[in-house]
Amino acid sequence: MLTLKNLSTAGRKRPLHALNADLKSGKIYTILGRTGSGKTELLRTVMGLDEIASGHLELDGQDLAKRPVRKRQMSMVYQQFINYPHLTVLKNVAFPLRRQGLSEKEASKRAMAALDLVGLAGFEGRMPSELSGGQQQRVAIARAIVKKARILLMDEPLANLDYKLREQLREEFPRLLAENSDGIILYSTTEPAEAMQLGDEMIVMHEGRILAMGAPEAIFEAPATVEVAKLISDPPVSIVAGRIADGKLSAGQTVLQSLPDLKMPDTGAVQIGIRPDALSIGGDMQAKVVLAEFSGSDTIVHLAFEFGAAVMLVEGIHEFSPDERISVSIDTSRLMFFSTDGENISERLGNG
Amino acid sequence: MGRTYHIIKYLCLLAWATFVVFPFLWALSTSFKDANAVTSGARYIPWVEFDPSVQGWTSLFASGSKGINIVTPFLNSASVTLLASIVSLSLGTLAAYGLSRFSFKAGFVKNSDITFFFISQRIMPPIVLAIPFFLMLKEINALDTIFGLVIVYVALLLPIAVWVMIDFFASIPKELDEMAMIDGCTPIGAFFRVVLPNSTAGLVVAGMFCLIFGWNDFFFAFILTFTETQLLPVAIVSLNSSVTPWWSLSAFALISVTPLALIAIVVERFMSRGSLAGAFR
Repeated sequence: MLTLKNLSTAGRKRPLHALNADLKSGKIYTILGRTGSGKTELLRTVMGLDEIASGHLELDGQDLAKRPVRKRQMSMVYQQFINYPHLTVLKNVAFPLRRQGLSEKEASKRAMAALDLVGLAGFEGRMPSELSGGQQQRVAIARAIVKKARILLMDEPLANLDYKLREQLREEFPRLLAENSDGIILYSTTEPAEAMQLGDEMIVMHEGRILAMGAPEAIFEAPATVEVAKLISDPPVSIVAGRIADGKLSAGQTVLQSLPDLKMPDTGAVQIGIRPDALSIGGDMQAKVVLAEFSGSDTIVHLAFEFGAAVMLVEGIHEFSPDERISVSIDTSRLMFFSTDGENISERLGNG
Repeated sequence: MGRTYHIIKYLCLLAWATFVVFPFLWALSTSFKDANAVTSGARYIPWVEFDPSVQGWTSLFASGSKGINIVTPFLNSASVTLLASIVSLSLGTLAAYGLSRFSFKAGFVKNSDITFFFISQRIMPPIVLAIPFFLMLKEINALDTIFGLVIVYVALLLPIAVWVMIDFFASIPKELDEMAMIDGCTPIGAFFRVVLPNSTAGLVVAGMFCLIFGWNDFFFAFILTFTETQLLPVAIVSLNSSVTPWWSLSAFALISVTPLALIAIVVERFMSRGSLAGAFR
């Protein structure tokens, strides 16, 4: 088990602030956060590449702070495709095994098996510069998994790949990561879908802090704060200012129809979280189309309501012209309520 | 359009090539002339415009009044330049790697100050250094010796090596060294196993600079040697007498430029930065 106890760093880019977490063996943890949220810093700190300013980092109860990088039994895949340019693909993958003292024959045998796993059998004699970007990253992944390290750190490994390759590798990841099934896998990404698809557990980070940690579905269904709600959905959850008075919820001049099973929070100001799929075409609310984008088989429509801006996700391809006025309805059961300081109060609502 | 462009392009290249090669051809032609052919106007083509003579070349391997023997100065120059370049490149590469990868701080002195300190050695006019070097070598009985010259040349070449290599190491992503350490190397192991094998281009450039500056230095070779350890640039001056032997000087110039030209041709293919392709995207 990898334990973070009040782990802080003093890095100039994005210092980490008092992180606490228990990461168990045999699980994949996805770290979700925007660029600059501290994901890379967390991975680098666990790896020993960045220094700990305060707090502790323990593996199976043993302090890692003084353990040099090479003795940490960890491996890492960078966002950039880092391979050794002067070595062939086979020697690249065999490199960590040779450093562990394995004979050239044994190292090559295991490296070949790893290359086979990542679909690069037949490429072992090539130099990394002779491979495409996707293949180069596969080499880096093979080198990371061949060690069978206790902890495998993957820092946005798909970020520099094109869409199709990203999809392809993402689908292969569960099979590839099964190689390290006894270990702890930390996988950082900026994409909510990727984090939910791959992670047994998800860690949501923002500005060097862990905002939420737990099962992806639980975090998605009940984000603890406004910030988490904004991060875990793409297109993002829209946040608009609302007000509750006399048991009625209103935003701007609009009174939102409430479902009978929804209990309103106390009277006062709230922030309303509108999931993109809570909005649908047709209904009694009027909105102006600001922008419509196509994303694969969906249409993402940016709407301007009288009470603020919100994003709607519509299945299928729909043509909208800018400034077009459309009728929209809100599924109020999919709404979330947050207090003015950002805390999710819809849970209290559900429990009450 | 395309054809005209090509014609203009090749005419320009031809003009430039002539500009570069002409001095060498002229020197080659002059080295086979005698006094008469040199002083009787511009003549270039042997057998047609003048009768070739090998006097210019034989005088370089003669002794006494017939010329000077350049074999010893040539070997001296080669030894001093090679030794000083190897030492400078080895120390300079390690220093540059340290400065490019680790942060040093002693009071107000930081990495950039140390780098500037190295490079500033080359800012001073050589004459400022000449007297201290002379006194220093005298003190350790190293005046007029190869050893003494190597020490001085290392001091002169080290800044060049550090300068070139710092710039080169800055272009190698530090993630490459980190990856080597993650894969089980010590920091020094990462340098030797991963960084150095990918630094051929930088080493070649820095090495070439060291060789060029070392081989061509006249000033310190002139001041710090007398009769025992003569270097090539000093020997060429001693050829000069009341009548300037242009034929010998030309032959000498060609001999002294040949080693560097040969080295440049051999290492030219290493000088591209392509060796780093595939390290990162």
